[in-house]
Amino acid sequence: MRRLPAKDVVVIGLGWTGSIMALELCRAGLDVVAIERGPWRDTPTDFPPNVAPDELRNSIRQDIFLRPAQETLTFRNSLEQTALPIRRFGSFLLGNGVGGSGVHWNGQTWRFLPTDFRARSHLIERYGEGFLPPDNTIQDWPMSYEEMEPYYDRFEYVCGISGKAGNLKGERQEGGNPFEGARQRDYPTPPMRQGQAPGMFAKAAAELGFHPFPCPSANMSQAYTNPYGMRLAPCTYCGFCERFGCGNYSKSSPQSCVLPALIRHPGFEGRTDCQVTKINLTPDRKRATGVTYVDLQGQEWEQPAELVLVCAYGLFNTRLLLLSGIGQPYDPVRNEGVVGRNYAYQITTGVNGFFDNVEMNLWAGAGAHGMIIDDFNGDNFDHAPHGFVGGAYLAGYATNARPITARPTPPGTPRWGAQWKKVTAESYNRTANVGTHGSVMSYRGSYLDLDPTYKDQFGLPLMRLTFDFHENELKMSRYCTDRAVEIARAMGAKSMQVGYRQGPYSVVPYQTTHNTGGTVMGNDPKTSVVNRYTQSWDVPNVFVSGASLFPQNAGYNPTGTVGALAYWAVEAIRDRYLKNPGRLVDA
Amino acid sequence: MPSTRRRLLAASALFGLAIPATARTLKEALPWSPNEAYPPERVVPGPWVFFTAGEAATVEAIADRVIPADELGPGGKEAGCAVFIDRQLAGPYGTSAWLYMRPPFARGTPSQGLQDEDPPAVQYRKGLGALTSYCTGRYGGRRFEALTPQQQDEVLTAMEKGEAKDPGADLRGFFEQLLNNMTEGFFADPIYGGNKDMCGWRLLGFPGTRYDYREVIAAPNQKYTLPPVALTGRPEWMR
Repeated sequence: MRRLPAKDVVVIGLGWTGSIMALELCRAGLDVVAIERGPWRDTPTDFPPNVAPDELRNSIRQDIFLRPAQETLTFRNSLEQTALPIRRFGSFLLGNGVGGSGVHWNGQTWRFLPTDFRARSHLIERYGEGFLPPDNTIQDWPMSYEEMEPYYDRFEYVCGISGKAGNLKGERQEGGNPFEGARQRDYPTPPMRQGQAPGMFAKAAAELGFHPFPCPSANMSQAYTNPYGMRLAPCTYCGFCERFGCGNYSKSSPQSCVLPALIRHPGFEGRTDCQVTKINLTPDRKRATGVTYVDLQGQEWEQPAELVLVCAYGLFNTRLLLLSGIGQPYDPVRNEGVVGRNYAYQITTGVNGFFDNVEMNLWAGAGAHGMIIDDFNGDNFDHAPHGFVGGAYLAGYATNARPITARPTPPGTPRWGAQWKKVTAESYNRTANVGTHGSVMSYRGSYLDLDPTYKDQFGLPLMRLTFDFHENELKMSRYCTDRAVEIARAMGAKSMQVGYRQGPYSVVPYQTTHNTGGTVMGNDPKTSVVNRYTQSWDVPNVFVSGASLFPQNAGYNPTGTVGALAYWAVEAIRDRYLKNPGRLVDA
Repeated sequence: MPSTRRRLLAASALFGLAIPATARTLKEALPWSPNEAYPPERVVPGPWVFFTAGEAATVEAIADRVIPADELGPGGKEAGCAVFIDRQLAGPYGTSAWLYMRPPFARGTPSQGLQDEDPPAVQYRKGLGALTSYCTGRYGGRRFEALTPQQQDEVLTAMEKGEAKDPGADLRGFFEQLLNNMTEGFFADPIYGGNKDMCGWRLLGFPGTRYDYREVIAAPNQKYTLPPVALTGRPEWMR
């Protein structure tokens, strides 16, 4: 192993949180090196408009994503089963390379509800402890929505999010989300323009007494210059957003919002195609000394540093802590330990409505383009009659009708032959989808640990995911899907294809890349890996970022909260930790 | 699929190929050079790369039953679905080069997904062999492509329902593989060898890769009348 000169900070992973935290610490005068597992990617080189809109390459063959040959995980539904490797990704698609999942994301940029931050306390206050599902490990976040608000604001203004406030300093705003927590100011850019299908969704939802509003979007409604001086261009509704890089500089991403400022900063250096295999510790395991990584030739390097920021995708943050021996691994049988605990996911469904005499033109769209109702999310409605906790937003998205994937046909249509061809041609432009996007609570049996059998290319154990949907989530999802059916009917659908989510959870069909937990934050070291400043309880010069911090998953896309947490944590590092390096919270 | 220099470098680490490579360093300036891009290599029709002549004839016959030629437009054979599949099987898709293919292989539950040791190229070789054996055994020595369209539909339906059995392969699984790849070829960008003259996109009314639909959003519920454009433009631009 070759040893490199020491740096102040080593950042593992150069996606949203890695690039934000690196830039903020460079600006604070520190020497920062970022080590990224995948390749360098940039707009003009990797996704120019004459290369990017390629459904087969990016969406079907998954060229833009992490390849399982490089790294994957194993999966089982329950402790009794033997986990097998996810040989091809399906249920979730993970980013790889500079920009991480921020390259291919849709851009749906939400804040969690104030009650999501005190999930356990709130639910017990309103419904009593007996109302919570069996075996749940739901816990409060270690900070409040009000504490997080300035950091949500910061991330939204770095991204230039397009949207309409529903609550400005406690004042209800017409046309926004009436259920959201109070904002100090409106979104940086106005909402996107809505087309045919989102318009029909909004009209139908309003007629049913719900409260439609435009999805907060990282696809720009107009040109925008962010606080780092990065300039974004108006979205052209090209139809290639989720699963694609943006060739227009119209989707907020590390590439379009942060990296040009970061890379030009003299305090920064990045190394790509280098995989961190371990965070190195002192013999007493109380302090990290840096990281070990392997480059493309298989050469191993040691990068010493004073501070280690774990900024990989959430799943791999957990794996790195397990491989490095930081924190006690979770044991679901004894219900002890913390690393890998409280893995959660989300539960999604869709209703395809088939219509007459309309041109939906859903091939014109963008990742976060659509209208939403939040009436059935979180605790925005009384759960007492229903016997479940959590909820979902309902969406009339226009996030692309790509022809290999998006050709639904009414129930009873053959899957091939002349009749299939005829019905496919008739249905393609006359179909609209109403989706549900729901929360998943944390449970004792849902967790991450190291697999006893399967190894990666370096001979290190893959991570093992043990997860299934619980009765609470299936019930909630069915209830919300029934509401989606009501909206599709009110939109005038002549027939419908309703995709209720059934157990067991499967890694095959795409559902959502919103994997959470594993390095949960909290106020109690017995039930959390890091404290409220995302600092490891065990090794205080290690900080962890990302959705692996979430104690359980809310019914919203996670990136807004992930970005806010990065600003929250880096401010604590800069203003508190650097002045007195040590534990920021007493255990 | 494209095999770009950068991706090759990544592959060398994965498969131990002796290609000299160094990690890239990002410092002071964005690592950008004029005209550097990684477009896919365009498929040129010509001799079969993966299929034997007999296999290709069977796949073309299947393509025309899965997507028949009719008044709505060309069928799967004319669209190039077999060419598309041939080139895909000859590339990283055919060998599952990007997937996790380390042993041990075990039969899992359906929710654990793909656990087959055979990559698609092997599945096609075995599946087409089994299909030929099934057809010749049942239809007096005739291969699939020599059957009447009604008989061909009968065979495909039996495969789809799991009623067609042959010791050489799981014909039901092979049918799903075929159906997937046929529709991929029919609706993927023509640069990959199928969807000839964007016939699949014309069938749907998908306008392709125009990359700017602000006018469509501004005027909802209007029929779009401009012809489709693909990554390589339109056929009339190239003649």
